[in-house]
Amino acid sequence: MLRELTKNKALYLMTLPAMLFLLFFNYFPMAGIIIAFKNFNLSNGIFASPWMHPLYENFRYFFTSDNWVRVTRNTILLNLLFIFVGTCVNVGLAILFNEIKSMWFKRTAQSLTLLPYFISWIVVGVFAYNLLNYEHGMVSELIAKFGAEKVDWYARPEAWPVLILIIFVWKSVGYNSIIYLATLTGIDHTLYESARIDGATKLQQIRYITIPLLRPTIVVLTLLAIGHIMNSDFGMFYSLVGDSAQLYPTVDVIDTFVFRSLKGSGDMGMSAAANFYQSVLAFVLVYFSNRVARKYESGSALF
Amino acid sequence: MKARSAVHPGQIVLYAVVILMALFCVVPFVIILASSMTRETDILTSGYNIYPKHFDFSAYRYLFQRMDVVLTGYKITGLVTVVGTIASLAISAMLAYPISLRRLKYRNFISGYVLLTLLFNGGMVPWYIICVKYLHLHNNLWALILPSLVNGFNIFLMRNYFSSIPEEMHESAKIDGAGEVRTLWSIVLPLSVPVFASVGLFIALAYWNDWWLGLMLIDKTELQPLQLLLRTIVSNVDYLANSSILATSIDQMVPREGVKMAATIITIGPIIFLYPFLQRYFVKGLMMGAVKG
Repeated sequence: MLRELTKNKALYLMTLPAMLFLLFFNYFPMAGIIIAFKNFNLSNGIFASPWMHPLYENFRYFFTSDNWVRVTRNTILLNLLFIFVGTCVNVGLAILFNEIKSMWFKRTAQSLTLLPYFISWIVVGVFAYNLLNYEHGMVSELIAKFGAEKVDWYARPEAWPVLILIIFVWKSVGYNSIIYLATLTGIDHTLYESARIDGATKLQQIRYITIPLLRPTIVVLTLLAIGHIMNSDFGMFYSLVGDSAQLYPTVDVIDTFVFRSLKGSGDMGMSAAANFYQSVLAFVLVYFSNRVARKYESGSALF
Repeated sequence: MKARSAVHPGQIVLYAVVILMALFCVVPFVIILASSMTRETDILTSGYNIYPKHFDFSAYRYLFQRMDVVLTGYKITGLVTVVGTIASLAISAMLAYPISLRRLKYRNFISGYVLLTLLFNGGMVPWYIICVKYLHLHNNLWALILPSLVNGFNIFLMRNYFSSIPEEMHESAKIDGAGEVRTLWSIVLPLSVPVFASVGLFIALAYWNDWWLGLMLIDKTELQPLQLLLRTIVSNVDYLANSSILATSIDQMVPREGVKMAATIITIGPIIFLYPFLQRYFVKGLMMGAVKG
């Protein structure tokens, strides 16, 4: 071992900076997860703070509140909704793009749909406020124009799963359809030609050639997305929902809950327990979704 | 179109749907742009719109009179983006290169070390305490750069690209007496411009759009990155007036809604401006990544 290290000293030294950064910002927090079992105070830090008596005290606190049911349910249901609808729209758009013959039209349309991916969730939050706010929001104005009652969206929790879904699709459809389109551009065109000769209509070609060819990509991407359910997009929820407590019943997720208990109420025990719960569930999901993805198509998963 | 009998109705539907989708994605941008140039009273009486009824640039004028505030945000985000992107590319390449070499014995161990960070993370609570208590990043400009400097996905993207370069190329350099660092710099790097362009673009975009690090670790308003500054302005337009040392006029009527929109435009301006040039590399990088992971 020593010989290998001295022989390739330069190569191993090169890896050091990145290894150290991962140690500090990834491995230390992994070890720090034990904070969930500690009676934390900042002056002692994570490792010197005393253990909880009993050890699971923080968890008892977390699991006896109603919060954990709400945030778990919201996290899982919202993400499943996003994955399902998102995949349908992304695949649909990729198929449409694939059918377009005019190159410049295709390229322009693609550029326009990709644009939202380039801006931050903070900016998206401003956009959303612009469209939805009660006084001058465009959606409210449009509704008023048609003579209906204006809606105060920020007081209607039941509308938000759909609103966030629309915004989610808006921001990600361009990006994700490119990935599917990348698969489609690799398709052998003689397949379509022979289908045409056999008298297959355009819809039949899509149904029996395009979609089956896309299926492996769809399955793999869906599996990987399911793996990330627990680490739902904090930025999206935080910048769209923010401090609108009225909306929490339907769109408060684990991430936003942990963040609020940490930075807002400073409830360290609660946030550490919720954080532990999230990390463990996330790991289980990532691990198994990758295992299944690998079985389905080797080389598609992370490991 | 109508004159040509060959146009299939399906084609019309196809184009119509794609056009609608593109509009759906772009219209919010148009609304913001239009509102930023609309007379304030129009917004107050008839709401936001996709075109300005009366052009009015007083929102921008108001913002430019307090330019020092916006410039501070620009400076911080610009600095963070430039330093962060260069440092991140360098450090990532220095790890990705060795693990792309089949002759390196412990490369699988190092890959595993990187991979584990993608599979498991400790979550935001211990991360936050480590950053604040042990690394002293609270209210420190480095807090906006260091935590996201190394990302496993980028490393694997680079490694995959590097390993497609035949190792005989390295051998020829070695015969010429070049060391490992030299080989990376003068043989591998010039051959890997596409992956550096794409990964660099991912990183730069992430730094420019970042606000999570600022939200977690920065409380001082003068260290706020651009995105958080925007959020501050949108939630409290008076912040501009209170923290600017340039403008003194107090009686001026503040076009509140317009200023929020103009601030948004100024925040996304550089991205929109560079978008047509950068988009190509972005899509290329996306396709590289789509092949694996």
